[in-house]
Formats: sequence, structure tokens, C-alpha cells
Amino acid sequence: MTARTGMLAAAVLAFRRDFLLALRHWGQVAQPLVFFVMVTTLFPLALGPDLAQLREIAAGTLWVAALLASLLGLELLFRADHADGTLEQLLLSGQPLAILALAKGLAHWAVCGLPLVLLAPLVAFSLGVPPGASCAIMLSLGLGTGILSALGAIGSALTLGLRRGSLLLGLLVLPLAMPALIFGARAIDLAVHGDSARGPLLLLSAMLALCVTLAPPAVAAALRISSE
Amino acid sequence: MNWTWLHKLASPPHAYGIAGRLTPWFGWPAGALIVAGLYGGLVLAPPDYQQGDAFRIVYVHAPSAWLSMLVYGTMAVAAAIGLVWRIKLAHAAAAAAAPIGASFTALALATGAIWGKPMWGTWWVWDARLTSELILLFLYAGVMALRASIDDRDRADRAAAVLAIVGIVNLPIIHYSVYWWNTLHQPATLSKLGKPSMAGDMLWPLLVMLLGFTLYFGAVLLVRLRAEILRRERDAGWLRTGLAQ
Amino acid sequence: MSEFLDMGGYGAYVWPCFALAVAVLAWNVQAARRLHAGAREQAMRRAATRSGR
Repeated sequence: MTARTGMLAAAVLAFRRDFLLALRHWGQVAQPLVFFVMVTTLFPLALGPDLAQLREIAAGTLWVAALLASLLGLELLFRADHADGTLEQLLLSGQPLAILALAKGLAHWAVCGLPLVLLAPLVAFSLGVPPGASCAIMLSLGLGTGILSALGAIGSALTLGLRRGSLLLGLLVLPLAMPALIFGARAIDLAVHGDSARGPLLLLSAMLALCVTLAPPAVAAALRISSE
Repeated sequence: MNWTWLHKLASPPHAYGIAGRLTPWFGWPAGALIVAGLYGGLVLAPPDYQQGDAFRIVYVHAPSAWLSMLVYGTMAVAAAIGLVWRIKLAHAAAAAAAPIGASFTALALATGAIWGKPMWGTWWVWDARLTSELILLFLYAGVMALRASIDDRDRADRAAAVLAIVGIVNLPIIHYSVYWWNTLHQPATLSKLGKPSMAGDMLWPLLVMLLGFTLYFGAVLLVRLRAEILRRERDAGWLRTGLAQ
Repeated sequence: MSEFLDMGGYGAYVWPCFALAVAVLAWNVQAARRLHAGAREQAMRRAATRSGR
């Protein structure tokens, strides 16, 4: 892409590149997914196989596992590009960095977040969750992983190239993600008990909308700061 | 509008001098107010009809909670000024403010937890205010950790600034979420850990403490700011003559 | 006086809180002063070695 490429075309190019690269290295991409499943397995092992008890904690378990798996997945967002100089090229490309960041974030979510969302109802079954809650689970985690991708992108951009960056990343992103956790888990919990999850889901959508608008400029600013 | 006066003010040697001259004007009144507030709160105020003498903890808990928020706000505003107008002094102020705020957040948590024990029977309750303060402490920790882990001072300043601003935007959302979450799970019998409805002799010591703590923050910030300026201006020429003050 | 210390039975909670508050107030002042003194000393030393050249 050159400075003459249109903004939308540049965004599509960035999305396609990241998406295809990730597909090529799908082994790497699968790691957060496996991590998600493993973490949810820890709870029955730790607390006992009583499905009724597991059902009570399912919402929280799914969300915490998704949160931690997302943190792992953030490694894929900027680190490789930073290491091989692609990021600098993007910075120099003359394209609005916020748009590129949005495109990269979307690709990242498509590769890391979406599979998790699709897998979640299956994992939820293992925790005794009734199938009727599947829709709410996918919506809650779909919106949630989107929020986490956005917040995580900010953290990732700020900690680019730092030693022990991944540890620091958790410290930075987790507090910011707590509101999403509260409402996301609540949505799933309501669905598990047969109630409508509309309220929390709407709030989650509002949070996602906020993230999608405010995060890209923040990510762009952070990338510039980290690359000088 | 001619902004040279502002840039002059923000120049390190000037700022260093002015900060030094201002400190006593914050420090001494702060000390007097805090002493007066302590006396008013511990001795003069009558015991609360519901909480007895335990309510007196409010005279240190509320000012620390207030300060934890005020300092974060100050830090975020200073960070924004530093980022937008590229004024190094603003970044220095943000760096100076963070540990102060963190210490008062910790104090608010500790006093809140201790206050909770006679009121609710346990040393820790996931009360909305306490949980909010805990998350605030994490936010402070994040900003300080980020600044500490970047060696290049400019990059550290600006990264920490972005994080502080992201934090302050999130803060209302966090507060609202935590309060909402708390109402969901709050048994009806638990009373809120808050200021009992106060009037007259109970209220004035609280106001005095709030003002005293605020001025105190100003004084401590000025001293830390001077230290930051000196550290950042290591090799500047004005140090030789300027330090005579 | 012992009534004052007892704080209506809540003494064991009230006094540690105030003690902690005083500790934090004192620490902030002390830490700030220490930082300033240290930075000042370093700066003067550096200025001295440079002018000594």
C-alpha cells in the first residue's frame, strides 16, 4: 500500500494480510483456544464433578477463562510485526494509523475471539449449562472478546518490545476489563437460570461501541509512542 | 493570546523555584487543618446513634478515598497536558503524583476494611466502594509499573500518560459497573459503608479533614515535583546557580 | 481518658485506622523529602564535577 491507496482499501489490505497470516500459522492461533478449554477443565477438577454446583459457577468460569485466553492471544497482535519491521512500514505508510489499528484488531478478533465464541457453548455443556443458554453465551462472549481485543490492543501497543511485556500486559488490561466481566458473566448467569439476558447484553454492546470508537486512536497513539 | 508566560512557568528552573516557594503555603495550613480535624473528629463530635464511636473512622477513610480519586484525576489531567502540549513539567507532575495517590488508595482500603469488621462482622466484604478502590489501586499499579519498565524517559512518560487517560475514561464505567454488581448481590440487611447522615458537629471536622488532605497533597506533590525536576534536568546549566535556593 | 481510648468498645478498630492514617501522612512527607534531598545532592555533585573540569 502506498500513500495513494484509499483509506478503506488500506484497511481491507491490512485485515486480509493479518487474517491470512494467522490462518497460515493456525497452530499458534489454536493455543489460546486450547488454553481456554484447559482452564475451564480446571474447575471441575478443583471443585468436584457435581454438575449442579458447576452450573452455578459456569458463567464466571467461562468468562474468566475467556479473559485469560484473550490475554494470551494478544501476543499475536503486534509483536511479530514489531519484530520484523512491518509495523514501522505501517507507521510510514501515510495511512491513518487508527484505521489500520481497527483493521488489525478486527482480524485478530476474527482469528482469536470468534473461534472461542463458537467453542464456548460446547465447553458450557461440560459445566452443566442447559443448551437454551447457548445464544446468550455466544453473544456475551462475542461482545466480550471484542471489548477485550480493543482494550488488549491498547495494552499491547503500550508494552511493545518490553521485557516481560506479557506480564505487564495482564496487569494493565485486567482492571480495564472488569466492567465487561461483570456484565458479561451476569448475562450468561441469567441465561443459565432461564431468565432474559437482554439488560446486561445491551450494556455490553454499549461498551463495545465505546471501545470500537475510542480504542483505535489510543492504539495509534500508543504505537507511535512505542516505535520512536 | 500570548502564551509565553505559561511556557516560562513550565520551564524547569522557574517551576523549581516557584514550587519551592509555594510549598509552605500548602504545607502549614494543611497541617493545621488536619490537626483541627482530628481533634474535632475524635474529641468534639458526638458518637453516632447507629455506629457509636466506630463512625469516627470516616474522618480518615473519607479523606483518603477522596484523595485517591483527586490524585488520579490530577495525574490524568497532567498526563493529557504533557501529551497534547508536550510540556515535560506536566509529565513530571504526573510521575510525582502516582505514588501519592496509590498510598492513599491503600489507606482507604485498609481503613475501609477495618471499619467493616465491627459493622459487618468480617474483615473484608465485596462492598461497592471497597471493590472500586481496589480496582483503582490496580490502575495506579499499572501506571507505575508501565513507567518503571520503560527505560527511555520520554517513551515512559508518554506511555504512562496514555494509560492514565485510558484509566480515567474507564473510571466512571468501572464505578457504575461495580455499584450495579453490588446491588445485585447485596443482602438487604447490610448497610452501606458510608458516611452516616451527618449534621453540624459531625460534619465540620470531615470538611476540615477533606480540605486539609487536599492541601497536604498539594504540598507533597510540590516537593516530589522538585525532586523530579532535578532528576530530569541532570545536566542542565541552571542547576549550578539555581540550587543555591 | 480510658473512655476516650475505649471509643465505646470500638477502640481496637478506631485507633489502628488513625494510626495507619498518621503513618501514611508521615511516610508521604518523609519519602518526598528524601527524594528531593537525594536528587539535590546528586545534582550538586554533578554540577561540581563538571565545573571542576
